[in-house]
Parts: sequence; C-alpha cells; structure tokens
Amino acid sequence: MMGPARTDNSIIGRWWWTVDRLTLGAIGVLMAVGMILVAAASPAVAERIGIESFHFVERQALFLAPAVFVLLAASLLSPIGVRRIGVAGFVAAAVAMIATLLWGPLLNGAHRWLVIEGVQFQPSELAKPAFAIVTAWLFTLQQRNADWRFGALAGALLCSVLALLALQPDFGMAAVVAAVWFGQAFLAGLPLLWVGIAVVAGAAALSAAYTFVPHVTERIDRFLYPASGENFQVETALNAFATGGPFGRGPGEGVVKSVLPDAHTDFIFAVVGEEFGMVACILIAATFAFVVLRGLLRLLREPDYFVLLAGSGLLVQFGLQAAVNMGVNLRLLPAKGMTLPFISYGGSSLLALALGMGLLLALTRRRVSDLEARWLIGKGSA
Amino acid sequence: MNAPTFMARHDADPTRSPPDGRVRVSASSKSELRSGNDALAMAHRRVIAVAALFALCFSVIGGRLVDLAASKPEASTRTADYWPAVVRARADITDRNGVVLATDLSVASLFAEPRLVQDPARSAAALAAALPNLPVAELRSKLESGRTFVWLKRHLTPKEQAEVNRLGLPGIGFQQEQRRMYPVGALTAHVVGFSDVDNKGIAGVEQFFDNALRAFPQSGLGAPLKLSLDTRVQYTVREELLRAMVDFNAKGAAGLVMDAHTGELIALVSVPDFDPNRVGEAPADARFNRATLGVFEPGSTMKVMTVAMALDYGTARLDERFDATKPLRISRFTIHDDHAKNRWLTVPEVFVYSSNIGAARMAMEVGGERQRGFLAKLGMLERPPIELPEAGAPLVPEVWRDINTMTIAFGHGIAMSPLQYAAGFAAVVNGGFKVAPTLLAGGRPGAKERVVSQDTSDIMRRLLRLNVEEGTGKQADSLGYLVGGKTGTAEKTVAGGYKKNALVSSFAAAFPMNDPRYVVFVMLDEPTGTASTQGFATGGWTAAPIVSRIVGRAGPMLGVVPVDDKSTEVRRALFVALDGRRSPSAAF
Repeated sequence: MMGPARTDNSIIGRWWWTVDRLTLGAIGVLMAVGMILVAAASPAVAERIGIESFHFVERQALFLAPAVFVLLAASLLSPIGVRRIGVAGFVAAAVAMIATLLWGPLLNGAHRWLVIEGVQFQPSELAKPAFAIVTAWLFTLQQRNADWRFGALAGALLCSVLALLALQPDFGMAAVVAAVWFGQAFLAGLPLLWVGIAVVAGAAALSAAYTFVPHVTERIDRFLYPASGENFQVETALNAFATGGPFGRGPGEGVVKSVLPDAHTDFIFAVVGEEFGMVACILIAATFAFVVLRGLLRLLREPDYFVLLAGSGLLVQFGLQAAVNMGVNLRLLPAKGMTLPFISYGGSSLLALALGMGLLLALTRRRVSDLEARWLIGKGSA
Repeated sequence: MNAPTFMARHDADPTRSPPDGRVRVSASSKSELRSGNDALAMAHRRVIAVAALFALCFSVIGGRLVDLAASKPEASTRTADYWPAVVRARADITDRNGVVLATDLSVASLFAEPRLVQDPARSAAALAAALPNLPVAELRSKLESGRTFVWLKRHLTPKEQAEVNRLGLPGIGFQQEQRRMYPVGALTAHVVGFSDVDNKGIAGVEQFFDNALRAFPQSGLGAPLKLSLDTRVQYTVREELLRAMVDFNAKGAAGLVMDAHTGELIALVSVPDFDPNRVGEAPADARFNRATLGVFEPGSTMKVMTVAMALDYGTARLDERFDATKPLRISRFTIHDDHAKNRWLTVPEVFVYSSNIGAARMAMEVGGERQRGFLAKLGMLERPPIELPEAGAPLVPEVWRDINTMTIAFGHGIAMSPLQYAAGFAAVVNGGFKVAPTLLAGGRPGAKERVVSQDTSDIMRRLLRLNVEEGTGKQADSLGYLVGGKTGTAEKTVAGGYKKNALVSSFAAAFPMNDPRYVVFVMLDEPTGTASTQGFATGGWTAAPIVSRIVGRAGPMLGVVPVDDKSTEVRRALFVALDGRRSPSAAF
C-alpha cells in the first residue's frame, strides 16, 4: 500500500496508519462521484433557469478543494480537539443562525442563509455536526459525573436549536437534528419507556404538522394517495428509475434533469437512476451503507463513551440524510427536501459534511491504547 | 483532564454489573445512574440496534431500486412529452385510395438567443450569406436585440439547415417543428384547404375537421382522415377544366364527379386554384371555391327539376303538349325561347329544345307552393351539408310569386353552387333518393329518403339520354358510357339586371344512363366563344365537351364497363321518342 513508512512518526505518518482508510476512501469516492453527477445533472437545470450552463459545476468544484482540506484537517484532530471544534462550531453556528433570523434574506420563503461578501451560506448546516458533538459531550459529562443536569442542558439546547430552526422555518433540518439527538440519547441509555415516549411524541409532532401546516398535509396526502394531486417531481423521479432500467439510458441521455427543478440537488439520485441505471444506484447506496455500518460496527469496540456517542451521532446524521433522500426519490417516503450527502449540489452542505465526516474520521482513528491515547490527548491539549 | 475517567474504566470490575446484563435505570434518580462500564455495554448493544435499523433501511432502498428498474416505465417518460412541440401534429388526410393529400413533416426552424451571440455583425453577415432571402440589416437588428429568444426563419429546407449548421455560430439554434405539407399541391387545394404556420386549419377540410385532426395522438397512431376523392379522377377533372379555361378564355371553372347514390364526391375542382404549400402567394380569386362557395343561376339545367316535378306530381304526361307558339308575357316580363320552335311542344321536346316557355307553363301547372316544396325535398333551398366551411347558401326568393315560379322553372331567379345543383340532379337520376353530398369516403350513414318516384327517375334518364343523342348535349357523349345530361347557360347577374355576354355555361350529366353511377357537373365562368365553337359560348358548346372527355377518361378508372350504345337492351332501357313514346317502334 502506498503511504508513509510504518515507522514514520510524523503527524502525517501517524495519521495515515491510524485513520480508517476504507471509510476515507469511500468518502473520497462519494465526493468524486458527486462532482461527476453534479456535472451530469446541473447544466440542464442551469440552462432552464437561464444561467451559465456550468455555473453549478464550477461552484461545486470551487467548494471541493476547501471541503477536502476541511475533511483531512478535521480528521487530524484528537478527540479533545473534536470536542473543542464541536463546541466552538456550535456557538458560532448558533450566533449565525440568530443572525440569519435578523438579517438573512428571505429566499424561497425562509431565512436560512447568510450572505457575506457575496458568498451565501447556511449556518444550520454547520450546526448539525457541531450540535451532535456538543450533545455527545453533555451526555458523557452526565454519565461520568452522574449529574442529570448535563442531560437537562442537552435537552434545553435541543429545544433552542429546534426553535431557531422552526423560526427560519426549516422543519426538515429540525427533524434531522431531533432524530440525531434522540439517537444519541438512546445510546446514552435513555430508558426504553422514554424511547417509546419519544417515538409517540415524534408521531404526535408529525400529526400536528399534518393537521396544522398546510404544505405538510399536502405532501403526506400526496404520498398516501398519489392520485390526489399534482406530484410532478416525485412521479417523474420514480419513472426515471423505471426508464433507466438496470444499466441506464447512458450518460447524457437522460431527460428528467431537464424537467425536474431540483435535479441537481434533492433529485439527483433520480438522474443517476435514469442515466446510469439501477446498478450504479445500488453502488452509491451501498457506499453510504458501507460508511454508516462500518462506522457503527467500529464503534462497537470503542471504549470511549464520548467517542462512541459523538461518532454515532455523526454517522446517524449522515446515514439518515442519505436514506431519507433516497427514500423520497424512490417514493418510500413523502416528499421532503433533503440533499444526498456529498452527491447533491450545495456548497454549505458539502463543507459541513466534510467537517462532519472529518470529525468522524478523527474519532475513529485507531489509538494504540487508552494509555497512549491519554498521553496523546494530554500532549495535544497541553 | 479526562484521565480519572479512563483510569476508572480500566480499574472497573466487570462483575459489578448485574449478571443478567440488564441495567436498572431510573432517570429520575441520579443515585442510580449507571456505572461507566454498564453504560458503555448498553451503548454498544444499542449501537447494534441502530446499525440493524440502518441495514434494514438500506436493504429496503436496494430492494426498491431493483423493483423499480424492473418495472415498466410509463409512456410519459418519452422525450417528446418533456419537450412539448411548438406546434401540434395533425393527422394525415388521404384520398379514398390512401394517397396522401396532407401530412406533417418535421422541419427545422432557425432561432437565435441574442444574449449568447458573440459577434452580431459577423454572425448576421454569415447567416445572410447562407440564407439569401433574409436581409442582413434585419438579421443584425434581431441579433443585437439582447432578447432571450427570437425566430430568424421558420421551416428551413434541409439544405438551408446544413448551410447554417456548417457556420457553427454560437447562440443560433434549430427547433424541430411540424410543418403541414400537401404532396399533391394545388390538385386538391380547394377541398383539403390549408393550415397556418402554427398548424391550425384555416380553410377547407383542414378547418372543418380541425379539432378531429388535432386530436391525433402524439404516438403517431392516429388514423388518417380518408376523403371520398379519387386523386386520379380529380387530376382528370382539373386538367380538363384548366384546358377549357384557357381554350375559352374563361375567368374560372368548376367541376365535380359525384357518386349518384351515396353523394360521395370523387372529384371536386375549382380553378383557378393555388398551391397550399405557398398560400401566401395565392391571389384572392384563386382561393375562391367556385364549386361550393360561389352560387350562380343554373339556367336551363334547372329544367331537369321542372320536368321531373311535373311528371312526379302528375300534372304532365310525357306526350302532353305545351303552347310555345309565342313568347310568354307575365306582368312586365316576357319569356322567350332561345331555340324557338313557335309551336306546341311535347314534354320531351320542351326538354330537348330547352323551351323556357314550355318549362314556365309546366311549372305554373304544378304551382309555386308545390315547386318550392319539391326543390326543398331535393335539398336545394338551404345550405348543402358539405364538410367544408366554404359552403355557399343558395339565393332563393323570399316571396314565391308566379313570376318566380316561372323563372325558376328555367333556372333564373334562383342561385346555388355547382355542388348543390349536382346533389339535386343526382336525386332525380339515381332512382329518386335524396343525396347529401359528402367528402368522406364511405358516404353518410342513414336511411334512404325517397324524393322522386322510380318511374319519374326512369323517364328523366331517358330524356337526359335523348338530349345527348339528339338535343343540345350532343357534344357531351362519350362512346360506350351512355352519357345523359342537360346544358345550362345563364347570363351573369350584376346589380340591377343581367350582364350580356358574361355567361355561366354549364353541363349536368350522369353516366351510364341506364343505371347512373356517377354525376358529372361542369361549369365555366364567363367563357368566350372560339372559332371551333362557331363563336358560341353556351353550355352545349363549351361545357358539354369537357364532360365528354372527363367521362371518357374517368370511366375506366372508376370501373364503369362501356356498353354498346346501339344494343337492343340499352335502347329498350333508354328509349323515348320526341313524341313521348317510351318504346321503340317496329322500325328498330
């Protein structure tokens, strides 16, 4: 295998021999495939909305280098560094989210973006991985110090984040954040009774949304009763998989990308299905499954409580987003705008995912022994 | 800073956790919070649950992918649905034998996206060189307009498209469009009509059946609209009319061949005509359909109806005589005969010598009310039910006085289109059943409606044949086809009276007369006499010879078997003497 010598004791050398190279490889594959697929799907969208054909491709490429840098830089961190970045990132994201509510432009009916020096970004994307780290830390503190107030603080933070997201509004993101939090709480020993209560509460929240939020009503009705209304994007996407068949119509031969408004973002998976076929889709889904399952299985041997909670939080977030996106594309779930990690177009999302996965790689790095880890951490934090 | 925790974990005794591995937890009591190892063990177990959940999710996604890839796509994923055509396709129109009269052709139209054009001046010059019909200045102003989209030229020829494509100019593109093409050109122009640049039918059958033709499914499986026309017969009629138009220096001409029983129009021609592929270049007169839209006074051909009416109501017998010794005066009008015999005439004589006086007297015996009813039964008093928007309504007197009865008896004071006259004529000769003219192959469904008795129809066949054998219609005969018919010559009406020397000359015929299958009608608009017609421009000299040639040429195409004109059966079937006898004397 290429790489630094085993005896290389530099930071890079140690990193190379301790990082989860298969997961790193899988993420690299996803980023590369994402770049190719954005190049395949977005020119048609760009042309339809009357901007330069390669606008989205260029912007995605522009974000790719920083994303790779963030991924690798984050993966160099020690668990302590991860925690610090998480806390700092969370504070920064929270401030930025409050700023979006105050000064963010209204785009598509929501205040989700901040525009600084002409660069538009979405603070809540950064909040997602950072909050997972903070939650993991608080649950760890609760467990170690046997102090329930840390758990209560985690709950209070969740409520604040959900409130900020609801004000934007961004219910999709809120659902992901809540799901990740409860996932971590579940791992942190939330009693099964409470898990049941959480599930019931989630269902209640969903039915409340169904009852009181008109567009949620509409989307769920459309999912349950496809004949009830216009369901253009989902129906078109669904048909794209059928048209593509096992091996697709061929690169560039697809037509859904020219009619689906979100062909380069939420419905990029359908473009893959049409042009490259079912086999390519299964390979992509398998790559996601590989990252998630391998990560979770590695955590099974993880002796550090914080690493376990933080790592699983990041993995759940990653896997949930991928599964929901593919599920919507395949009409297994009601329509919900969610991007396919690393594949869909989107700069903030790409950077945030790179950060999240970088932190995961940092957490899952092999530490020779806990003693050595302690020594390393001690050294790192000195 | 976490060191104590790490140490604690290593020092922890595994036996301190409950032996069954279960963890007793109550979040309400902090004293019962789990120890580090218990918590870690539980987290590990629960990670397995989370992993299993994800494995399930991804398996379902994989299964769904296989399921969808194996399913049949809906038809609506075809590219055509995503790129709605600028113009909609129309169904083909064919003649009765499937010859295509109108079809859609996919052609390229040239457009520009001026915002993407890099050098408007140079691009305009290059385009103008490739498309010489387009002025440079106009092209340049379009390319410099800064608009998002602008048409440069619709419907390019393949050669033009290749030329422009070869230039490789940015911001210039082709849009495939459906263009309506009429392969037979002017031949069926007045029947088929045409459609505009957006493929909307705006004349003829194209307009009449516009909705049905547009309902044509995108799949291309739409059945063509099959007309009753026979392109071969249509060609014959048109050629003969064009020749006559030139020979007699006429302003125009109309002609038709109609199935005498079903009313199907085998040919329907009006000249001058136009190329429907280039409608814009056609003068208004060429676009005027003289066969169905124009109405004219039929003149003597109307005597067919008058005689049939008198015989049918029984007010006249075949051998009855009418006083034609002198012109007939009624109020301030005087009715003359063109070929005056100045004696009493039998019914066959009135017909064959085309006596206006005799016809007028005959009609007066029937009476105005019954005359009006008779013509209404033949369908001559209202707009004919033809599948064309260009169908002229007849001009009929509002108050039907005696003078009207008399003039209508010989075809004046009433006006109708050649098509309408021919339908009434068909009813008289086909055995007595009303005919509704149609352009659709197969004719109209519906029960036969008798309007004239079989016997009357039989006598009329004999009289019409007699007129061709011995009367004014001699030049209409065509050997073996037993043509029978009647001439008509009318002066054209102008404001306040008749225009001398501006005639509408016509000939109404059917063949074979012993059992008529086809009606042929020819009308010339303002023919002038020539040396070969001894200066005459009347129907017998101008229209009748055209009928003869049409029958001679179209008869074989239509599968009519020629017979021996002189054979005993034919003579027995068609004989009528001028004195009214219906069987040949012993001399034969």
